[in-house]
Amino acid sequence: MNNSEAQGPLDKGNEKMETTTPSSLSSVAANAAAKKKPGSGALGVGLEARGIHAWFGDKMVLKDISLDFWSGTVTALIGPSGCGKSTFIRTLNRMHEFIPGAAMAGDVLLNGKDIYESGTDVTKIRLKVGMVFQKPNPFPSMTIADNVLAGLKLAQLKVQNKDDLLEECLVRAGLWSEVKDRLSAYGGSLSGGQQQRLCIARSLAVRPEILLMDEPCSALDPGSTLKIEETISELSSSMTIIIVTHNMQQAARVSDYTGFFLSDGGPGELVEVGPTSEIFSKPKDVRTENYVTGRFG
Amino acid sequence: MSINKPEAKPAVKPGKPWASTPRERALDLGAILLAAVGSFALVALSELKGKLAYAGVFFVLIIVINFIHNYLSRGIASAKDSVASSFAVAGVLVTLLPITSILYAVFERGKTGLKPNLFTTDMKLNGPNDPIDQGGLLHALTGSGIMVGIALIISLPIGILTAIYLTEIKGFFTRPIKFLVQAMSGVPSIVAGLFILSAIVFPITKTPSGLMGGLALAILMIPTVARTSEEVLLLIPADLREAGIALGGTQWRTISQIVVPAAKSGLITAIILGVARVAGETAPLVLVSGGGDVLNLNPTSGPMGSFPFYIWKAFTFGTTESIARAWAGIFVLLVLIFILFFAARLLGGDRNKK
Amino acid sequence: MSTTAPGAKSANLSTPTPAKREITTKPRFSDKVFRGVATAGGLSSLLLLGLIFVFLAFQGFQVLRSEGLGFITGSNWDVVQDNFGNTDLEASSFGIAAMLIGTVICATIAVIIAVPISVLCALYLTFYAPGFIKRIMVALIDLMAAFPSILFGMWGYFVLMPHAEYWAKLIHKYFEWIPIFKMDVNIFERSPFVAGVVLSTMIIPIVTSISREIFSQTPLDRVQAAYALGATRWAMIKAVVIPYGRSGVVGGAMLGLGRAMGETVAVYTVLNLVYQINWQVLIGAGGNVASMILLKFGEAGPTEIKALMAAGLALFILTLIVNSIANVIVTKTGGKGR
Repeated sequence: MNNSEAQGPLDKGNEKMETTTPSSLSSVAANAAAKKKPGSGALGVGLEARGIHAWFGDKMVLKDISLDFWSGTVTALIGPSGCGKSTFIRTLNRMHEFIPGAAMAGDVLLNGKDIYESGTDVTKIRLKVGMVFQKPNPFPSMTIADNVLAGLKLAQLKVQNKDDLLEECLVRAGLWSEVKDRLSAYGGSLSGGQQQRLCIARSLAVRPEILLMDEPCSALDPGSTLKIEETISELSSSMTIIIVTHNMQQAARVSDYTGFFLSDGGPGELVEVGPTSEIFSKPKDVRTENYVTGRFG
Repeated sequence: MSINKPEAKPAVKPGKPWASTPRERALDLGAILLAAVGSFALVALSELKGKLAYAGVFFVLIIVINFIHNYLSRGIASAKDSVASSFAVAGVLVTLLPITSILYAVFERGKTGLKPNLFTTDMKLNGPNDPIDQGGLLHALTGSGIMVGIALIISLPIGILTAIYLTEIKGFFTRPIKFLVQAMSGVPSIVAGLFILSAIVFPITKTPSGLMGGLALAILMIPTVARTSEEVLLLIPADLREAGIALGGTQWRTISQIVVPAAKSGLITAIILGVARVAGETAPLVLVSGGGDVLNLNPTSGPMGSFPFYIWKAFTFGTTESIARAWAGIFVLLVLIFILFFAARLLGGDRNKK
Repeated sequence: MSTTAPGAKSANLSTPTPAKREITTKPRFSDKVFRGVATAGGLSSLLLLGLIFVFLAFQGFQVLRSEGLGFITGSNWDVVQDNFGNTDLEASSFGIAAMLIGTVICATIAVIIAVPISVLCALYLTFYAPGFIKRIMVALIDLMAAFPSILFGMWGYFVLMPHAEYWAKLIHKYFEWIPIFKMDVNIFERSPFVAGVVLSTMIIPIVTSISREIFSQTPLDRVQAAYALGATRWAMIKAVVIPYGRSGVVGGAMLGLGRAMGETVAVYTVLNLVYQINWQVLIGAGGNVASMILLKFGEAGPTEIKALMAAGLALFILTLIVNSIANVIVTKTGGKGR
């Protein structure tokens, strides 16, 4: 992986957490330490959201979200439609600003550095924080191989051995065995699930530290969903994954932590966050309990 | 586990951290100034001369400065991006150049000829070479009005029926008709004039008249009205039609009493754009309208004047007085087109909001 | 299923799939009339295009028969009159080769100048411009598309032509080694190049708005995918927008070409018509079918008018072909998924 993963030293992360994290989250930290097996991922805060607010025009859609994402973990964000989950993860790699009339407030710290600081090169941020979208969106004018390596070309990065990288990314995305004989076919010739794994491979090629997934399985059939979930588990050993999902079973299956978002018609808020097992077995907030037990949403 | 603490917080204001900061803007301005100074220096020192040299050197310098700055601070991808941005901005500026130049020329050269007599008299007693305070374009105003009116009466039903066929009936001919309407919008205006000549003027009427001018304009107007109306009708939601049919209305009643009224302002826009398109057509009118200099309100007999013909005649006459007359005429014509155009925009904007 | 009797079940299995029922509605009388009227209205464009062809061909037939293929391969336009003042069709010659080629040359120059500018402008408006600049610019460009051609003619003659002649001299100075920029005679006034420059200002708004429309249809998910991979704006445009919009822009350019070929007045004022094929675009000698028709029309006798009708027919067919190809390309791009 990138050397930058080592840049977020444990001490510094902890120090930061003690001073700025809401007290509620220290329990999360303890749990994380308890749950994650040693060696399965470097501990430390990879990405921190501090008091995120978001607006579209005059309408506030997100209110005061503070969340830490630990390196080497999978965090699922659940909640009913329209509660701002997607908007939230789009603020994490600065894709939010593409929507006309969008505005935001708050900080997002990547390895302790605010990604919204003026003068930041936004393309570098997006290289470190990759994203997989709801609908598979391979570039139709490119072959499978070109699709995987598209990020290198787009960001003008140089690599020693493209073939190795190509194979590595496809293997990690769980697609290698299916496409290794037809790398020069066009991306559009794959099935929906394969296309989505191709998009995951494409995101991996630029070696992000963090991967955002915006409902990556909602357009796929159950078989493909299962494959993607396997891929997520594989990847979680080496990177931080944040996944937005409508599917509570999926959240329970793949994630280490779960955050529950809710909007009561106003802006979306983070109701509760904690280790996935706790959120689903003994949530602290009654609204979370109602949601995870299927009483609404 | 409460995340939003009840304690009072200062109100958070929406911000756009991605907007360019004063420092970045100052840097951009600095680059522009540097390039400006550099272009003056280079033009003064080298053998390059003229406005084109200033613009060219300035453009190259801007690109070089931005490239170096972005390459050093962010790398090659960003440097290439800055070059592309410079080219895109240059494209817009080059497009703006003729627009502003045209508007300026019309205003500057046309305003001297704007005398009240322009709107009250015709050219019965005057030639194009007479001083601009004699004679006028009353006959052109009425002639253009009559001919465009005739074109409108003919092209409106045909254009809207075509649009209704394309959007509502969707029969066997939909694709070919769509194709033909597009093909028709590319018919050169002089061909429309030749067609009226060959089909009506030579075999039947033998003499040019305002009616013939109107017919030629109608041919040019039909595709504009048809295509714009089609776009408008496509915007009407399908459930409105289904509601009409479900209430037991016939298709005819549904379309005439629900769909078309709902699209009314859009259809008016289509008409206005069609009028604006043909109001300045010159070539066909030179061929078929006879181009009279005298006020003539009868489209079926005698030559009829028009704006384009008035301007054309004065312009090709070629003296200082006549050219001033031509600019004054085009000033008035352009103002009329402006009014039509902004009326269409206003109505069109209305439509988009719904 | 539990309530179904066993016998019924087996009967169910043996029944062949029922034939699909035809759903028919008998349209009411008023609807029939309405559909007939709308169809007739829709077919009017077919009728009109057909009539244009038929009448121009009918009027031009005599000349076309007399000239044969020479009408489009010859370049002489001589009207010979006999002793009674009537036109002698046998002795006269009508050839529009120089005019046709000149039309194509002027329009091509216009497209070569206009397309890069329009595409850059459209890219800026779609992907760079802040909202308010975009609104103003789009309105201005639409307005420019509504400017009458006589305005371009006058502005081109009085304002742009002197500049264009100066640019022609610069091009001649630096690029003389390219054959088409050579000059056998040093006349820079009213050349095909000047006409092409004036025409380019006329078609920039058309090509810009078509390109802008196509660019704005670029699938958003692909744009976002490129940005999420760390692409700069330009890298995104190169990887996503250009592959998507390329053929559409080609179609838009061809529509511009068709418009430029059919333009009359704006060319008439700034082009010197010469009945000789001339490939040296900087020399003040060019050809243009539409301008020739306008020029000759005033003093033409009955036979020459027929020749002009035939020339109009040639122009009509030429623009029809170019426009049809362009429309097929644009429509295809607009509808396709990638």
